[in-house]
Parts: sequence; C-alpha cells; structure tokens
Amino acid sequence: MGASPAAVAGGDPMGVSAAAHAQLKKVKKQKVLLMGKSGSGKSSMRSIIFSNYLARDTRRLGATIDIDLSHVKFLGNLTLNLWDCGGQEAFMENYLSQQRAHVFSNVGVLIYVFDIESRDVERDLATYVNIISALVQYSREAKIFVLIHKMDLIQPMTREDVFDHRATLVRRKTAEAVAIVHKQKPEQGQQQQSSPSPTPTPSSSTTTTEPPLNLQLFATSIWDQSLYKAWASIIHDLVPNLAVIETQLASLGLAIDADEILLFERTSFLVVSKWTSPEGERNPYGDRFERMSNILKSWKHTCSKYTGTPRNAEQFSDFEYKMGATFSMFATKFTTNTYILVCMPPGEARFNSAKLNVAAARPWFKFLDGPVVSAQQAGGGGAAAGMGTPDS
Amino acid sequence: MSSASTEDGDVPVDTSSGPSRPRPIRYISPAALNLHRVYEQNRQRLQKKDGAKVPDPTAPQTKGKPRLLLMGQRRSGKSSISSVVFHKLPPSETLFLESTARIQKDSLSSFMEFQVWDFPGQIDIFDNPNFTFDMDAIFGEIGALIWVIDAQDDYLEAVARLNATILHLHRSYPHINIEVFIHKVDGLSDDYRLDIQRDVTIRIQDELSDQGVENAPVNFHLTSIYNHSIFEAFSKVIQKLIPRLGQLEAMLTNLCRTCRFEKAYLFDVNTKIYIATDSTPEDMASYEICSDYVDVIIDFTEVYGSWPRSDQWRARLEGEPWAQPLEGQVACEWAESGMVLADARRPIMLREVDRFLALVAIMKEGSYEKMPQINMNIDVVVKGLTEFFEITKPKEGAGGVGPPGLVSPGLG
Ligand SMILES: Nc1nc2c(ncn2[C@@H]2O[C@H](COP(=O)(O)OP(=O)(O)OP(=O)(O)O)[C@@H](O)[C@H]2O)c(=O)[nH]1
Ligand SMILES: Nc1nc2c(ncn2[C@@H]2O[C@H](COP(=O)(O)OP(=O)(O)OP(=O)(O)O)[C@@H](O)[C@H]2O)c(=O)[nH]1
Ligand SMILES: [Mg+2]
Ligand SMILES: [Mg+2]
Repeated sequence: MGASPAAVAGGDPMGVSAAAHAQLKKVKKQKVLLMGKSGSGKSSMRSIIFSNYLARDTRRLGATIDIDLSHVKFLGNLTLNLWDCGGQEAFMENYLSQQRAHVFSNVGVLIYVFDIESRDVERDLATYVNIISALVQYSREAKIFVLIHKMDLIQPMTREDVFDHRATLVRRKTAEAVAIVHKQKPEQGQQQQSSPSPTPTPSSSTTTTEPPLNLQLFATSIWDQSLYKAWASIIHDLVPNLAVIETQLASLGLAIDADEILLFERTSFLVVSKWTSPEGERNPYGDRFERMSNILKSWKHTCSKYTGTPRNAEQFSDFEYKMGATFSMFATKFTTNTYILVCMPPGEARFNSAKLNVAAARPWFKFLDGPVVSAQQAGGGGAAAGMGTPDS
Repeated sequence: MSSASTEDGDVPVDTSSGPSRPRPIRYISPAALNLHRVYEQNRQRLQKKDGAKVPDPTAPQTKGKPRLLLMGQRRSGKSSISSVVFHKLPPSETLFLESTARIQKDSLSSFMEFQVWDFPGQIDIFDNPNFTFDMDAIFGEIGALIWVIDAQDDYLEAVARLNATILHLHRSYPHINIEVFIHKVDGLSDDYRLDIQRDVTIRIQDELSDQGVENAPVNFHLTSIYNHSIFEAFSKVIQKLIPRLGQLEAMLTNLCRTCRFEKAYLFDVNTKIYIATDSTPEDMASYEICSDYVDVIIDFTEVYGSWPRSDQWRARLEGEPWAQPLEGQVACEWAESGMVLADARRPIMLREVDRFLALVAIMKEGSYEKMPQINMNIDVVVKGLTEFFEITKPKEGAGGVGPPGLVSPGLG
C-alpha cells in the first residue's frame, strides 16, 4: 500500500462539495461566556490559553470589573467573542437582572468555572443554577462547559473522587434548572437539537420531553495539561469546516504514510484537528493531545525567555526528531495560523519525502487562514505533484 | 523520637525507601562499571596519600558509589529537592510531602551510580541521646554533603548546626565536599538573595577560622525547586565527583570550535544534570534552554517511542518498495533532533550518546544550512565520548526491541 502514496492523494485532494466551498467563505463569530465566582480562575485561564501567560503570572491578575470583552481571532475564519464576566456578587446579580438579555442572548458557549477550594458549595451551586436558567431562557442551544478548577490544590490520590462527586452534583443541578425553565415554557420543550455533533453527554437522549442537556464537565488546573484538554474540547466544536479539515488531514496522512498528524492553532497551541492511523490508535497515551499542547506551549516560553523576543512572537519554525529505528517526527509552521506535527515510522527516505509532501500540501489548507476567495485557490494546489516515492 | 534507630542494632539506619517513591531502573552499563573502577582508584589513591579514614570494607553494596547526603533543618526542602531532581515530581506537588521520619536511601543508576540519602531534619546524628550512628557507614565514601538552608525562614540555627557538622567531619572525612544550598530563593529579590548568601558565608567562615579550620571545602549555591537553579547546583556538585572531567570538557570545547557552536552540554538525560560543558563562560540561559529541550525530547519519546508497534506495521514498512529492515532504513541508530529558533534562525540540536547521556548544543546563527558537516563532526565527538566511557555498541540487527536509549523511566 505504501508503494505509491502519490496515488492516494492524486485526485481531488479536498473531496469538498460545493456547499462546503460556500461555507469556507464565511468568518464565523461565536459568543463565549466565561462565568463563575470571583477568584475561581476565569481570567487566569483565558490569559494562559490566548495571551501566553505563564501559570505563575496569573497571581498578579486583579479581579475583573464588570465584563472584559475580547475578540480572539482563532484561525482565519473563526472569531471568539470572549466575555470574561467578573464574578463578584454585585456583578453577578447585575448580569441576572439589568443586563440579562444583553449578556445571555446569542450565546454559543457558556464556560462556567467552579473553584474546587471554595468553602460555600451550596451558594456556588445556587448562583450557577440562576445562570443556567438565564442561559436556557435566552440561548437554549448554547453548549455548557463546566470546569471544576484548581484541582492541583486537591491531594493527587483523591482528585478523581472529588471530581466525580462534584460532577454528579453539577449534573443534577443543571438538569433541574433546565427542567424548571422548560416547565415554564412547555411549548419549546420539544425542540430537537439539530447539531449532529457526537458530544458524549450522559443525560442526553433518554427523555423525549426534555431537550438534550448540552453539558460537558472537566477537571482543570492552570498548573498542568488539563486546561488544554478542556479548552481543546471547547473550541473543537466551534471551528468551522471541521469536516473539511479532517478529510484533508486524513488524505495527507495516508499519502505520507504517517501514524499521526496534529494541527495546532499557532497562538494557543490548542489542537484544532488530528488524524491517527490504525497503528497510531494503539498508542496507550490517551492524554497525548493536551500533553503536546502543553509541551509546545511551555517550549515556546523557554524560547521567548532565551531570545528575549515577546511571548506572542513566533518562536520556532522547524523541528525534527528521529529516534533511531523506533519512530521519527517533525513539526513545522504550516499555514499562517497553524503548526503541524507529524509522527512517522522510521526511515530516512520516508521522512524526507513526507517533509516535502507536507510543504506541498499547504495550499490545501489555505482556507484556515481566512475566508477563501475562489475555489481554485483551495483545491488547485497541485499538491500531488510534489509527492515523491521513497526510491526517488 | 529517634525513629531512625532500628530493631537490628548492627544497622545504623533504616534502608527502606518510602512507600510512594518510584524506584529507578537498575542497570549497570559498561560506562558505569568503568567509572566505578576509575572512581575506586581515585578514592584509594587519595586515602593513601592523606591517611584519611578507610571506609569499612564490609559494606559491599555501597562500595564505589559516590554518596550525596542531604541534611538540614526540618522543612528546609531536602525531600522536595530529592523528589524533584531524581524522581521528576512536579514542584507544586512537594506541598504534599510529609516530614521525613527515617533516612531515605535512593540508588540512582545513571552514567555512574549515585546514592542519595535524604535525612530527617528532626534528627541530629552527632548529638542523639537515643542512638549512636556509625559515622563510617554514613560518611565513609567520598561524595558530598549537601546542607539545605531555608532562605525564607530564620536561618541562624541552621547555620549553627551546619558549623557543628563541618567541625565534626573535618578531622575524619576531609574529602567530603560541603555544598550549602541556600534554598527556596524563589520569591526573594536578587539583592536579598545575595545579602543572604554573603551573610551565611561570613557566619560559616568566621566560625571555622575561630576553630582553627582553614580551607574547608565549602561551596554555596542559591537554589529553588521552582526553576532550573536546583539542577544547575546539582550539576556542579556531581561534576566534582567525575574522574577525568577535564578530558570531557576538552572534547566539548573542541566540538564548539570546529562546529561553531555557542555552547554544548553533556546531559544526564534522566535528571537533566549536566556532567560537562565546554570552556566558554557559565551561562544560565543556555543551560535552561538546553535542559528544556531535553524535556521536550523525553516527552515526545515517551508518547511516541515507548510502546511496541505491531508486526503487521513493521512487515508493511519493510516490504516493497523499501525491502529492507527498518534498522537499515535509518541514518543513525541513536536519537537525534534539531530545532530552528525563529530568532535569527539559530538552531539547537540534541544527539543521544548512550543510554544515559545526550549531547545538546546551541549553534550560531545560520549554521542550520551546514547541518551535514556538523553531523559528521558530532559523530566523531560522540565516538570520542563513547570511548571515554568505553561503551560497547549494542549488537547489530537486534531487531524488534527498539534502540537502547531514551527509554522513558516510567516504562522501563
Ligand atoms: N492553585 C491554583 N490557583 C489558580 C488556578 N487558576 C487560577 N488560580 C489563581 O486564582 C487567582 C484568581 O484568579 P483570576 O483568574 O483572577 O480569577 P477570576 O475568576 O478571573 O476572578 P474575577 O475576575 O474576580 O471574577 C489567581 O491568583 C490565580 O493565580 C489553578 O488552577 N490553581
Ligand atoms: N517556595 C519554595 N518552597 C519549597 C522549595 N523547596 C521545598 N519547598 C517547600 O518546603 C516544604 C518542606 O519541604 P520538605 O522537602 O518536606 O522538607 P524536608 O527538609 O524534607 O523536611 P524534613 O523531612 O522534616 O526534614 C514543602 O512544603 C515544600 O513545598 C523551594 O525551592 N521554594
Ligand atoms: Mg477575572
Ligand atoms: Mg524530608
């Protein structure tokens, strides 16, 4: 099979329908609410993920006053309108009353952060229920991500139990809050979720009278990779044209005989998309994607410290690692907004031709850098031309 | 109170390790054996020359292993240091360490074998009403005494105990290096750090010269587990225990000259301690970036290189059109890596030397284009290094088991 990789990618590299092409032209905007009690760590995580803060830098952050609004450009065709909502009680009350419609309409995603160390769990949950009610009232399709945060402060041995316990509680409260809102407005209760995304929400699908609960929970800490796992899930569903990206990564992966390909957004180093070969699926490290984000991001900090260039600046271009006859890998700046990491079987010829082919495949992925102007540009890259066979 | 004494009167200290400590993999490489020999010769020569106390020959399992003793007040950070440096515990998790009740002995097999003994701060081995410690069993091997002082705390008592310890040791064990770690300096300003260092140094030197002790081998290091300083300090401590260090340094200096490297380090991969560097001035920044690069490589190795691939995978890759075993398809059987920093396109490179050691270097601007020649030079130096350590190459065609090096410790 590996004999003529060119054949695999030789056809239309995209296999993209006309409808998908039309979609490539849009810049998607998403309203993302970041809420939770004051001091729970909302601004900290935002600064780490999107502004290259180090975890320890967040100690200097002051409390957020009212709402801190930022527009994060994520890839060329997605803008996150991030509403970092200061969590002091007075502000929270205000969001729920005067600003209710303003804050809770048109929300794509709510990220709610619980501080695991908080003493007053009952009260935290009561506030949370109020927020959920407002959200369901104004944006019933919004996805809910609950982060049980600062898990580093819990003894490592008991982390899992503590999280499970809290997660059960939050799930129940969420279901209750949603049920109450729907009882108030029964005529809307039948509405079906149209998105086919396979989100593993435990409480979905069982009942027909209540809408599926679009809730995902994560245990997080700014001191380890868990933050990247949560945020990669959050952005994953927001990225436009995900199907196109995935199809193209797959054809690239097959063409170059890779075992795994990861595509990172260049500032956050969150994994945007990935492809894994059947052999690669045997990798026992299920946490490797967030781990890679964490490694590369902290490497970026190291470089910035060494070179004295700003953290947001580009810090490295090409990376190669060949581990004898076990495996080889490379990472490189891919499109303007992305880095690509490729894990390969060993072999000098295979490695060199893969590098050439990845460079040649760049035009296929141009749409990641902005709305596509013409179909030619996206599809006509002639990527297959550069494909080399191992004996060439 | 004297929890270090044991049922068995002959054994001075408890040899059991704490329950939660991961055990290092045991493996004695030819390099390690060779180093033992050299080390042993060195030790005997020194002892003959100076007539210092000869260690008890009835302790065979500890023979020829340099010993690092971690001592100091309670909660000064000894167990944290040992866990972070030798067991990769994330620094923030040292908050959960319990106070040490018994001496924790760790044997570390690396390019040479070390013992690290972590003492309980609450026990004074020189002045213990319940138990008399066998001093030879503790100090009988040449090594280093690392005295940890908490710089964020009142350190007068720590300094007084350190002085007493130095005076006790001076007569019988003059070859033990005393390394003072002025510790937990994270969160202290640069000025304040230097003030403390000056103050501690003066207090020790004054006391020693009052007691008529001159030239005691006492060195000072500013350390913290929250940055690279603790690894740097250990590097310096361990370099003093390496026989023929000068020869290693000369090799690296030569490499830097021929390849136009800015700085080169020979790393012990598992601990990120550097055992030698070239002769250019010390530079914390380049140590940091090289050490972090080792970290990156270790992580990638664990994630992608530590699990066995299937037979079908190998069969396919060795079939047509390659028609060659994977071992024959690679250019180098050891791990090698390079990365170009965006700033001035300055490359950084890593090359595995053996199971334990890796060469890491920062190159000068624009040298990425000359990689082929550089690689040839590196091959030569690596050969020199392996000769230095007298490493026998693994047998050709030992297929299926993967290369010998960079095995992640967790999976070994
Ligand atoms: N231990 C630990 N501390 C954290 C973590 N995340 C954030 N913190 C700390 O929590 C404190 C408060 O963080 P912020 O991000 O300012 O909190 P906030 O949720 O934005 O607070 P408001 O703006 O008042 O709503 C900072 O000192 C952070 O360093 C974490 O995962 N673990
Ligand atoms: N800020 C800071 N804290 C540290 C550092 N090293 C250790 N600590 C903290 O110091 C405390 C005590 O550390 P231990 O390592 O248990 O101290 P010890 O010297 O082994 O204490 P005993 O076993 O009782 O003798 C822990 O809470 C560590 O987190 C450091 O470099 N900086
Ligand atoms: Mg805030
Ligand atoms: Mg201890």
